[in-house]
Amino acid sequence: MALLQISEPGRSPEPRQRKRAVGIDLGTTNSLVATVRSGTPETLPDEAGRHLLPSVVHYGKGAEVKVGFAASALAASDPLNTLASVKRYMGRGREDVATLGKTLPYEFAETGGGMSSFKTTAGPVSPVQASAQILKALEERAEQALGGTLDGAVITVPAYFDDAQRQATKDAATLAGIKVLRLLNEPTAAAVAYGLDQQDQGVIAVYDLGGGTFDISILRLSKGVFEVMATGGDSALGGDDFDRAIAEWIRQQAALPEALTPAQQRVLLEAARNAKEKLTDQPAIGIAVFDWQGELDRAQLAQLIRPYIDKTLRACKKALRDASLRTGDVGNVVMAGGSTRTPAVREQVADLFGRRPLVNLDPDRVVALGAAIQADILVGNKPDGEILLLDVIPLSLGLETMGGLMEKVIHRNTTIPVAKAQEFTTFKDGQAAMAIHVLQGERELVADNRSLARFELRDIPPMVAGAAKIQVVFQVDADGLLSVAAKELSSGAQARVEVRPSYGLSDGEVMSMLKGSYTHAKEDRQARALREQQVEAQRMIEDLEAAMKVDGKALLDEEEYHCLEVALADLRSLLDSTDHRLLARHIEMVAKISEPFAARRMNASIKKALSGHHLKDFEEQ
Amino acid sequence: MDLTSNYFELFGLPAAYNTDNQLLTERYRDLQKQFHPDRYASQPAAQQKLAVQYTALINHAYATLRSPVGRAQYLLEQQGVDSRHDSTTIRDPEFLLAQMALREALADVADATDPFTELEKLEKSVDKTYAGLQRQFAREYEGEALDDAVATVAKMQFYQKLRSEIEQREEELDT
Repeated sequence: MALLQISEPGRSPEPRQRKRAVGIDLGTTNSLVATVRSGTPETLPDEAGRHLLPSVVHYGKGAEVKVGFAASALAASDPLNTLASVKRYMGRGREDVATLGKTLPYEFAETGGGMSSFKTTAGPVSPVQASAQILKALEERAEQALGGTLDGAVITVPAYFDDAQRQATKDAATLAGIKVLRLLNEPTAAAVAYGLDQQDQGVIAVYDLGGGTFDISILRLSKGVFEVMATGGDSALGGDDFDRAIAEWIRQQAALPEALTPAQQRVLLEAARNAKEKLTDQPAIGIAVFDWQGELDRAQLAQLIRPYIDKTLRACKKALRDASLRTGDVGNVVMAGGSTRTPAVREQVADLFGRRPLVNLDPDRVVALGAAIQADILVGNKPDGEILLLDVIPLSLGLETMGGLMEKVIHRNTTIPVAKAQEFTTFKDGQAAMAIHVLQGERELVADNRSLARFELRDIPPMVAGAAKIQVVFQVDADGLLSVAAKELSSGAQARVEVRPSYGLSDGEVMSMLKGSYTHAKEDRQARALREQQVEAQRMIEDLEAAMKVDGKALLDEEEYHCLEVALADLRSLLDSTDHRLLARHIEMVAKISEPFAARRMNASIKKALSGHHLKDFEEQ
Repeated sequence: MDLTSNYFELFGLPAAYNTDNQLLTERYRDLQKQFHPDRYASQPAAQQKLAVQYTALINHAYATLRSPVGRAQYLLEQQGVDSRHDSTTIRDPEFLLAQMALREALADVADATDPFTELEKLEKSVDKTYAGLQRQFAREYEGEALDDAVATVAKMQFYQKLRSEIEQREEELDT
């Protein structure tokens, strides 16, 4: 910690050089930059007085790059070279992008390392590079406003972002030459923006509904400490869904065919969004599309979007349960994201929590404002900064174990930074290496979770199965970024990996993984039971065959030996069975048949141990 | 700060099962305010790294002491008794029968006319027994009946698991 400074008596200390720090909300549709001036956070406008910067990048001939409104203007005339919504591709691999790409106009370039890239006239551009351009534009704006180079920035990410997506965001900042003071979860930033002059302590729920994503965080504020207790959400739910629901209603009212041309769809969606926005201030609105005219009022709108709002409310209840709280415990509800302007959203959120949500800060800017406050503290402008943020990881982290199962090492909603060690052992005699496969997600089977990294621990000294002690340490830092190390405890053989994956989870994957761990719970349990029985059977076959080779002939008579052989062959033939109960019954049967053999082996080894002989002597007899 | 220090010493609390949770949380926040990496964001990298290690330890210690089972296991570990990896088998047929009955009750909740009320009833009864076991552990630990205490922790684990299953069921009913 810094030493206290004492100035010479009679002289005033040098005025502290104020450092230039900003908060950046790197959004899917729009981005913002904010800073704290005279103790108040404010977003910074461009020369034309506009605060929002469209998150759009255009790559022209001769490597000319345009960002923001200038790029948006070219979207219609040069769609392939105008990249929008790149946030959706951050930390994603080629395969993830290939599925998303079908709904988007871009062409994807083949580049090395599993990273996805857009094909443009300026060559392949990765989502990280495009994001770096947006960050650079905001950096320039801030440097002009603050009169010099930046000392650091806090960049916000959705709370549900996984390790790969966070890493990609940090990489974009590095590429833009910005020093990242911290990656901050968006809902936490919103809570900070409100938390300053709000109540001293209590539980805050942050409801963050954007165009395409939904986050809910439950925080406890106490004497300046913001402790995130649970976070959750739905990464494919937002205002875009409202627009589609309204457009579908218009289509039905106007008696238009179900199969519309893309141009017609655009007209309907445009009318839908316009109607939604107008209904924020007006009780009803007239709509005219093609040769149809009609009216939409708030009650009708509320009914149309009800299913989507209900989904967000279920996520809220789940987060509360994770935090072991009830709705009555929530002292304040904070709204963030443009879609919280819709009156029906506010009303239903108010109904759930039994109190009116706070809406006095602009929901589009609140995240950037909170990030600016945190940046001001982290850069050292407030040495005795009164606030501290304790955040959590959104998705569990773990390892692949035998049978393709995921063993969770750090559970979701664990406070970061965190380090946790778990011991594993070898499966086979003399096993010299162990593959470490790092995973993120909530499901039981490896295949249903996101693979973050793979590495190998080598040079394990030869030991019998189960004797080696492999310690795997997971460490997650304050940005939510993971590193993993493995060590064999008796020999000290080590391996270490900074988890730097080139791709991450798709939004839809995170959502379905979170949801899937409940709806698929039954399937998972059965699949898990089967894998466990298969592993058990495999282990039993290998153990018994090894033992029979050593002293089967010595300890069993011919009939017993043959019996065991037949039982083992029978069990082996069932290894591919999909009936875990059948497998379990046969395992039990083999166990029974081999019982006398096991007992005799035990007796023999005890006798040998007592007479000072080694097992090796015994084998040679 | 001594990284090897006892978790109770870390929070300045007596090494006993019955801890003052409010005090624990207050001390936790004080420690976090002092050692969190955010406090070292403008310091050299080595110091930042150390702050991450300290905070990770503080977080782990806090999570351990806050958990009824974690705290019990930690106290036993301090006495040289490993109740985490020890596959203590429960030699109490009555307890096992009660467990089976509770699990059946949990499985039947979905068919009830008002599953939420049924689940809440079940949760209350489970919480009551769980709290009783915790008091029992405290008595046994203080009376240095460590073997009994180990058996009680094993039972507490059943109830911890049952509680999380009840929560999961509640979630399933909600969706």
